[in-house]
Amino acid sequence: METPVQSPMDARVLDLVRQAVSADALEPVSAVDMPTAYVPREHLVAVCRTLRDHPELQFAFLVEITAADYHPAEPRFEVVYHLACLGEAFAQPGGAAPPRRLRLKVRVPDNELGELDLPWVHTLTELWIGANWLEREVFDLLGIAFTGHPDLRRILTPDDWTGHPLRKDYPVQVRKDSASWSPMELTVEEFAANVRSARAASSAAARPRED
Amino acid sequence: MPEMRTETMTVNMGPQHPSTHGVLRLVLELDGETIVGAEPTIGFLHTGIEKTTEQKKWQQVIPLVERMDYLGAQSNSLSFCLSVEKLLGLEMPDRVTYIRVLIAELQRLNSHLVWLATHAMEIGAISVMMYAFREREQLLNLNEMLAGFRLFPSYIRVGGLRDDLPRDFKKAVKALLDKMPAAIDNYELMLTKNQVWIKRTKGVAALSKELTLGLGLVGPMARAAGISYDVRKTWPYLKYETFDFTVPTRTAGDVFARYEVKMEEMRQSVKICQQALQRIPPTGEYDCGDTRVVPPPKDRVYTEMEALIQHFLIYSQGFTVPKGEAYVPVEGPRGEHGFYVVSDGGNRPVRVKARAPSFLACQALPFMIKGGLIADVIAAIGSTDVVMGDVDR
Repeated sequence: METPVQSPMDARVLDLVRQAVSADALEPVSAVDMPTAYVPREHLVAVCRTLRDHPELQFAFLVEITAADYHPAEPRFEVVYHLACLGEAFAQPGGAAPPRRLRLKVRVPDNELGELDLPWVHTLTELWIGANWLEREVFDLLGIAFTGHPDLRRILTPDDWTGHPLRKDYPVQVRKDSASWSPMELTVEEFAANVRSARAASSAAARPRED
Repeated sequence: MPEMRTETMTVNMGPQHPSTHGVLRLVLELDGETIVGAEPTIGFLHTGIEKTTEQKKWQQVIPLVERMDYLGAQSNSLSFCLSVEKLLGLEMPDRVTYIRVLIAELQRLNSHLVWLATHAMEIGAISVMMYAFREREQLLNLNEMLAGFRLFPSYIRVGGLRDDLPRDFKKAVKALLDKMPAAIDNYELMLTKNQVWIKRTKGVAALSKELTLGLGLVGPMARAAGISYDVRKTWPYLKYETFDFTVPTRTAGDVFARYEVKMEEMRQSVKICQQALQRIPPTGEYDCGDTRVVPPPKDRVYTEMEALIQHFLIYSQGFTVPKGEAYVPVEGPRGEHGFYVVSDGGNRPVRVKARAPSFLACQALPFMIKGGLIADVIAAIGSTDVVMGDVDR
């Protein structure tokens, strides 16, 4: 027997998004806490734009972006977006939409690599300026590239780190040296010349002035 | 006359700087004293807590998540527990709910006091620090009473609370709460009409309403900019809808508005604490009583075989959480705070992701300080109330 879908998605939300984007733009799934839907990767930006701008939806608050690694399942990654409409607290000039929460998930396969030889999704930085760091964190820790991101660099780990720590195939409790710090290397001659010039400078400074 | 040199200067602020609240590094580009560019660099405190949680059993995650936002420790454990309990489908008895409300609001007071103390001290009002830490010390004493730990009590557990409230705890809380309104008046007396304070904070580091939400900032920062959003009102948890309190809002969006909002929030927290204190019955249950999650009481463990087995199973293997995912937001001291947890039906999480308000506040820093003076950077960082443990995790 099939269990009923928990936290069903508002039919109006589904209709509006499907009308604006495409009939397969949202695929609702069951979740215990809030309405949840899968979004095909190619429709992500359009779906988010509709959700944010449509006067009946007004999901203006990007709560967070994260991802989960289901290794070795395929599609391996799921990028998860939490959106919220804040109701009266932040309304468009025409009036407020009811406060709602929504979770969007995008399946990201590991076998179609894009930019930087990584699995990819489109960036949302053009819709929410705050998506910048959230996407950088997902890129850093899970190795998912956000195409079109203006500044896709590592954020929490050092710039020269290899690997993506939150992936399931990344080993736990290994000690790694980072090349961010390296000892200064001088030859014997350079060292001696350095000492000589420092001595000359200090003795020149100590010499009594000729006035 | 020689030509004047006009190139900008790059200055490193932090990571070892007393006013950056830990290890935040800001690379500032200065034109004289004016900031033309800023780039925050973070990650110095990254300890991989999210990776570590994937190796731990569900209950063992609580001390770890408390160490993320170390000034709002019990707000972390509360939001983590609410998410896991959502997956488990547990309902808490009223007594547990009200004790949790009391703990959460005391934690908010605690966090706001540290914010006030450090923020005022960095701007130059050193006496405020002494007074605010005096009250904060008593809040830490309460934590010590509660669990023997002052900063990370791990008192809130999946399935309820670690133990019943200690004897005389309510009396100690009441004594402190009775002093708090006068203490808050006292802090305000030192700051609100202080010309130096006003000149350093009014109109400084302002953010518009749209930019605030676009950057994902909620909580006191957003309420200071006119977004009257509070999780406790919009999506009530812990029966907050039955408590009488208001959500302070300002529209200026500058450092002074954030200060006003947080001071008023402290007063509201005291009010909520007093209501919760009245509602907590002197005796009663302190967990949900679900034998899957909560170990049986000690007197039964020592006398009954089944209870002993259950106790052993919970402490050796932990409990399993049904397959699924949950995100339950709470209103933490720094804004909406929540844990996205994923379970595959096992006794360890597959993924635990914290929504870290400080992380987003750090991202917003350049938007606040560009065009301002270098002295205002300190005021801006202080007003965002970033905790680097929460930023880097």
